[in-house]
Amino acid sequence: MSDVDVELDRAAGGLSGGPSPALMRRVSERFEDEGLVDVAYAQVDSPLGPLTIAASPRGLLVVAYPERPLDTVLSRLAAEVSPRVLEAPARLDPIRRELEEYFEGKLRRFSTKIDWTLTRGFGRKVLRTAAKIPYGQVRTYGQVAEGAGSARAVRAAGNGLGSNPMPVVVPCHRVVRTGGGLGGYTGGLERKEALLAIEGRT
Amino acid sequence: MSLPPFQLLLDSHGTTVHRFLVAAVGPADADDCFQEACIAALRAYPSLSHADNLRAWLMKIAQRKAIDAHRARARLPVPLAELPEVPSSDNGAVTSVDGLTTVWAHVRKLPEKQRMAVFLRSAADLPYADVARALDCSKDAARRNVHEGLKRLREEMAA
Repeated sequence: MSDVDVELDRAAGGLSGGPSPALMRRVSERFEDEGLVDVAYAQVDSPLGPLTIAASPRGLLVVAYPERPLDTVLSRLAAEVSPRVLEAPARLDPIRRELEEYFEGKLRRFSTKIDWTLTRGFGRKVLRTAAKIPYGQVRTYGQVAEGAGSARAVRAAGNGLGSNPMPVVVPCHRVVRTGGGLGGYTGGLERKEALLAIEGRT
Repeated sequence: MSLPPFQLLLDSHGTTVHRFLVAAVGPADADDCFQEACIAALRAYPSLSHADNLRAWLMKIAQRKAIDAHRARARLPVPLAELPEVPSSDNGAVTSVDGLTTVWAHVRKLPEKQRMAVFLRSAADLPYADVARALDCSKDAARRNVHEGLKRLREEMAA
């Protein structure tokens, strides 16, 4: 190795370890100011485990339980909404606060707007129907299927609810079996029970 | 084809981009260049037609910002505060105020193509194939530019 190679190696070794956190914060602010954040996401703690939440400027796109790997959630958003997916917790502060209040039993109705982009067809109708079930009440799969316009599509309604991209906020946990059985739940039955318990149903 | 979430790009390659800029434009301007490069990349990102070698794509943008900064600075008088960064010590090595050798200051005086090729190869540690992509030239041309740059550097530092 020549002297120059040695000098370059030494100089490269002395370079920064990357952008400082302060610089990254400034960059994030610029992204927001320039309107370039199509999908903002954050991770928030909850009594049901850490949740990934994501929103577009139109509204909430995703609430994901920790069993869904972050990479999977973000890749789907990049493919189906926009690749401009960025961690931007400030944008999600309002929904974060609402979720906190909900888990404390202090919030009965989310005012957060919903972006339905990740849903389609009958599944979207089913979820829109479920979104109207009042706090603390339950409906059967059959009732939701009927509300979505197809009384006999009970199984399809179950599938639609099972692929709810925004559990908790779109309350698919308020849909149960005829006769009182809990049915299924995206996040596991313990979580469905916990959510119903928060709303005063045991 | 689907592009990965932009945040993953930043997390994976932000350090390389920043290191390259610190070497190429100096610590004082690196942060601004980094910011401009990130904005330009995010703006252009959704219209990218392929998802391969996104690091080289990012470096191409960073490289352009470094050239802009360099040209802008060439039009300005040299600020006094920057003089202590470039004095030569007895053996010809360039020493900064804190005693660290800044061979970068010498590299910054090379012709544009050679300069960028050396920074991409040495500071960003890119393979020649990626240097070529970032500079929009052939792999041979990238290799030649690094080689010529180092040769010139050797001559200047020996002088």
